[in-house]
Amino acid sequence: MALERSDVEKIAHLARLGLNEADLPRTTDALNSILGLVDLMQAVDTTGIEPLAHPLEASQRLRADIVTERNNREAYQAIAPAVENGLYLVPKVIE
Amino acid sequence: MHQLTLAEIARGLADKKFSSEELTRVLLARIAQLDPQLNSFISVTEELAIAQARAADARRAAGETGALLGAPLAHKDLFCTQGVRTSCGSKMLDNFKAPYDATVVARLAAAGAVSLGKTNMDEFAMGSANESSYYGAVKNPWNLEHVPGGSSGGSAAAVAARLLPAATGTDTGGSIRQPAALTNLTGLKPTYGRVSRWGMIAYASSLDQGGPLARTAEDCALLLQGMAGFDPQDSTSIDEPVPDYSALLNGSIEGLRIGLPKEYFGAGLDPRIAELIHQSVKELEKLGAVIKEISLPNMQHAIPAYYVIAPAEASSNLSRFDGVRFGYRCENPKDLTDLYERSRAEGFGAEVQRRIMVGAYALSAGYYDAYYLQAQKIRRLIKNDFMAAFNDVDVILGPTTPNPAWKIGAKNNDPVAAYLEDVYTITANLAGLPGLSMPAGFVEGLPVGVQLLAPYFQEGRLLNVAHRYQQVTDWHTRAPAGF
Repeated sequence: MALERSDVEKIAHLARLGLNEADLPRTTDALNSILGLVDLMQAVDTTGIEPLAHPLEASQRLRADIVTERNNREAYQAIAPAVENGLYLVPKVIE
Repeated sequence: MHQLTLAEIARGLADKKFSSEELTRVLLARIAQLDPQLNSFISVTEELAIAQARAADARRAAGETGALLGAPLAHKDLFCTQGVRTSCGSKMLDNFKAPYDATVVARLAAAGAVSLGKTNMDEFAMGSANESSYYGAVKNPWNLEHVPGGSSGGSAAAVAARLLPAATGTDTGGSIRQPAALTNLTGLKPTYGRVSRWGMIAYASSLDQGGPLARTAEDCALLLQGMAGFDPQDSTSIDEPVPDYSALLNGSIEGLRIGLPKEYFGAGLDPRIAELIHQSVKELEKLGAVIKEISLPNMQHAIPAYYVIAPAEASSNLSRFDGVRFGYRCENPKDLTDLYERSRAEGFGAEVQRRIMVGAYALSAGYYDAYYLQAQKIRRLIKNDFMAAFNDVDVILGPTTPNPAWKIGAKNNDPVAAYLEDVYTITANLAGLPGLSMPAGFVEGLPVGVQLLAPYFQEGRLLNVAHRYQQVTDWHTRAPAGF
């Protein structure tokens, strides 16, 4: 099933990627080419096969519920694009 | 001095033939002189390197010993280094000075290794040619018109050109083994969970694994020793004891059963590479190895499954780059959506955007079962193939790549053509197995690699076979002209 230009616009929005109008045809072609490769896997019979999420089938390790992180707020805010009074600044969301 | 391997450097430092600072200055001068041809470094941290070398010399003068104490190396630019730009090859992180060290960086620094800088790479480790870096393509020192492989292409080019004895890399679909093959190096992708991923910027979290690139198996053993081991900060790190890899190098391989998967020698493999691989098999037979033909029938499905799993995980991992807390932010966003969409469209390159979109599509409502779940089922089939094969053989051997290094730009217009170059390496990532590539000869002056795969946590066996092979061959000692 080939993607249309409108599908690519929808995917780009899901991924929060603001594509240029001019790039859309090329991006659509590239994605269709990749999905063409990926679709080869639809022919594989996987009836009764359990999906493998972790190569060693390990599950998430648990630890005691105690604070282990140090407070690095200043170091993290020092590399932020815009901060004020310890807060991250973004464009106004609520009018 | 620049020709020395890590093992030779360790002996030279121990015998007081030279200091770490002297060696570090020689290599920094070489980088300044020769790297403009290669573009293998994104950042050279000269002052830090001198400071680390002096500290290592002081520790040694105080009686401390250690194979990596004072040893120069560099990190692929996706290992976070505190206070130093960690760009991941992307405009998105061009201004990112990591606020902490990756576990790999911290462990090697604690062992006394001297980091000369951060090496170039495909953007977010997505690529097999090192052409997608925001900082420009890396050149292969064996032929400056050709790619060095990727995504750890900067690490590979720098070590191959004798700018460094060794460097760290990461391997998600072949990104250590393939550039090692294309630049005449030895490179090892450890078992998934063997090396901590903490502070290693994620591409595909269930596949990514850090490892060493060096000129010999002996050096890979030394560097892996400094990298491997349990890390409580990485929730996928495996708590298994780490053997003494150097002690395993010299073991006899008499009677070792080596499997040659027939699928690795089929259509698509350059016959000149096939010939070199068969020659390497003959050398191993002379050392006592027993050769068996085996089959990995699901190998052909690995690339399609990989190009669902890796992009799906990437689309999730890379959602954190939103222009809010760190990294690139677009100019004058008009609202929050514009901030996200333009920061990401301007900050990420074309290949990264393609993979994010493939992943977002594969994970979107209505497609999850057909894509992500089907890919994970194929992943189990591939693992099952290996488990069955390892009932009969100790090691699996084949080519690392189907072709030698291609010309820069030759595959730029067709992402799928470049994806197919990873056909022999991707299976080990999907199954989580350790894999090693080592030099096996040349085709038209370009290096060829032979790949070895072993059962989980058998990195020592891979290094043993490679070391024994390197005792009776000299491919790995060849240096590119001009370097």
